Amino acid sequence: MVATRPRLTWRVATVREIVPETARVVSLVLDVPDWEGHRAGQHIDVRLTAEDGYQAQRSYSIASAPEEPWITITVERLEDGEVSPYLADELRPGDLLELRGPIGGWFTWHTREGGPLLLVAGGSGIAPLMAMLRHRAAHRSPVPVRLLYSSRSADDIIYRDELERLAADDPDLAVIHTLTRAQPKGWTGYRRRIDREMLNEVAWAPEERPRAFVCGPTPLVEAVATLLVDLGYDPASVKTERFGPTGG
Amino acid sequence: MSFISRGFKGRRRTEGVAGRLPPGQYVVDGFPVLSAGPTPRTPLDRWDFSVVGQVDQARRWTWAEFLQLPAEEITRDIHCVTKWSKLDTTWKGVSVDTLLAGVETSADYVLAFCDGGYTTNLPLEDVTGGKAWIAYEYEGQPLEPEHGGPARLLVPHLYFWKSAKWVRGLELLPQDQPGFWESLGYHMYGDPWREQRYWGDE
Repeated sequence: MVATRPRLTWRVATVREIVPETARVVSLVLDVPDWEGHRAGQHIDVRLTAEDGYQAQRSYSIASAPEEPWITITVERLEDGEVSPYLADELRPGDLLELRGPIGGWFTWHTREGGPLLLVAGGSGIAPLMAMLRHRAAHRSPVPVRLLYSSRSADDIIYRDELERLAADDPDLAVIHTLTRAQPKGWTGYRRRIDREMLNEVAWAPEERPRAFVCGPTPLVEAVATLLVDLGYDPASVKTERFGPTGG
Repeated sequence: MSFISRGFKGRRRTEGVAGRLPPGQYVVDGFPVLSAGPTPRTPLDRWDFSVVGQVDQARRWTWAEFLQLPAEEITRDIHCVTKWSKLDTTWKGVSVDTLLAGVETSADYVLAFCDGGYTTNLPLEDVTGGKAWIAYEYEGQPLEPEHGGPARLLVPHLYFWKSAKWVRGLELLPQDQPGFWESLGYHMYGDPWREQRYWGDE
């Protein structure tokens, strides 16, 4: 019964490592005592407490695979944010961080659920999708995946090297970037926001019964989810998660 | 000794909101959009609202009939389980009391059902007595699809996922049964003042 589920208690994690991802994004590798595991796509709540007892909470997707020994979250520093500047600029390895989770049972994927998978990300919305890709790689799963990832510029691509590595080793994984604001010299890829034509070219045909996960800012998620339904995707197969500008 | 986050001071925005922010919440000016899937778009000529389940007789209104029902202007603070709160939001809609007037039932719970398959559960007493509406205007404008238009349930005293978007009806039930998010880790009741976010929160 739902009512008897154990409480998601607050735990004190230790920051093991801070990995700069882009100029505005860092990953925090966290050692969480007694962590009982998560499913790819789930998130945690982080709670900060000031000396006078003032608290602030935010949610962050888990970017690491369930198979990894540590929990990784990826944080984009929002200029007028309250929590993200602290996590991105103030925290040091060895610091303690209060969190609880894992949370969320909808935007998740396990290799045994199969595919093909269409993953569509905007900016830091890549984080929960990265957990799925890392989970899939840990299982050496052959489930075919196409990732369409929208970033402002090449320097803003999070996990760029790892994505390249994963795709290079794996004929069943295609990573397609679009760069919406600036493109490096010689860039031959997409250079615009995700639109109908791009999805026509990249997305699996609806007849393949793909599962779609879309994560990013609300305008991207709204547009992509609507376009996928227009393309013939079953609305129930399109799962969305928003990374709004108010994420703080 | 309670936990302190080394070096954290916070950028508080608490002026004028004393007593209005539940624990763990922060104030936003925008209106974030959260939903689990694509935004459904039901044409108004195919939209209806119904009251079904444990009732003497099911009720149903078309969109045109719904707009003829007495409507109320509502100003309330809303609190999303993802931590944002928005103060003094203004809505127009039909009180659930109006929809249930004359309905004979021994039900204690309702399950709101929606386009797109979304559901959420509430005690009947939390949607009656002037506590809940079916809202179709936000800040004087027709409610946009991203925010649940053409009509959404509005139950501002509970976390906002209970204010189901794209609502199409209420099913009256003798027992509480979990809706969509309530089956996926979120609290059965969802009182923001008691911080009932997830399964097992008291």
